[in-house]
Amino acid sequence: MSLFNIFDIASSGMSAQSVRLNITASNLANADSVGASKDEIYRARQPVFSTVLDDAQRGLSAGSVQVMAIVEAQTAGREEYNPSHPMANDKGYIYHSNVDTMSEMANMMSASRSYQNNVEVANTSKQLLLQTLQLGK
Amino acid sequence: MSINFDSALGIHADALRVRSQRAELLASNLSNSDTPGYKARDIDFKSALKMASSGDSGMMKMSHQNHMQPTAMQTASPVIQYRTTMQDALDGNSVDEQIEQAQFMQNSIQYQASLDFLGGKFTGLMKAIRGE
Repeated sequence: MSLFNIFDIASSGMSAQSVRLNITASNLANADSVGASKDEIYRARQPVFSTVLDDAQRGLSAGSVQVMAIVEAQTAGREEYNPSHPMANDKGYIYHSNVDTMSEMANMMSASRSYQNNVEVANTSKQLLLQTLQLGK
Repeated sequence: MSINFDSALGIHADALRVRSQRAELLASNLSNSDTPGYKARDIDFKSALKMASSGDSGMMKMSHQNHMQPTAMQTASPVIQYRTTMQDALDGNSVDEQIEQAQFMQNSIQYQASLDFLGGKFTGLMKAIRGE
């Protein structure tokens, strides 16, 4: 019954989006963390989604989604001259993380909307299944 | 007139099955709305229903014993088609969440309609059996 597969698909979508939300939260929380060198800064992370195609036995190849990898942004962080900072290196510089707060906020909104979409799909399928169980009564 | 379920229920049982397959495909589109390179797909309902009601699987037929049997992997169902997009995304994803959600809603209403028709058929059959 295809409607039961929707629960798998929608829940895979929900878990992928919650991973994305989790990573966004981590990025935002570390937006202000600093490091003593360019290599020690916190780098913004992004999940990469990919489709899981079920075996085509069922004829329809509807796929759920999975988090394939988590990549770090390779852009350089901001450099600041602040000799009084405890993390400052011998030349007096500290290095900020390369998190772009604005794009993280947009990312967060997009993830939560997609999560809601998946919840809505699962709810609708639940209603349809319950009505199907009532058939003929 | 002989009474059997196939003729009594008509096309609605097949319609229900195709609707549930379509719901699965649309749910897959929605959960892959952020997957790079994913292309939104949909069912050509008319031909899917035609195939379902005629019992034709859409697969290639063997007319000779030496013909190779295609595996299920090689023959994707011909009724699944890619959706034409309004605007392209840079990451190659062609899912438009608004369209998919509207289609999903429409499909679930039509599923309920098929259910109602089917329920009506059952009610009619019960009346005929009881002879009331």
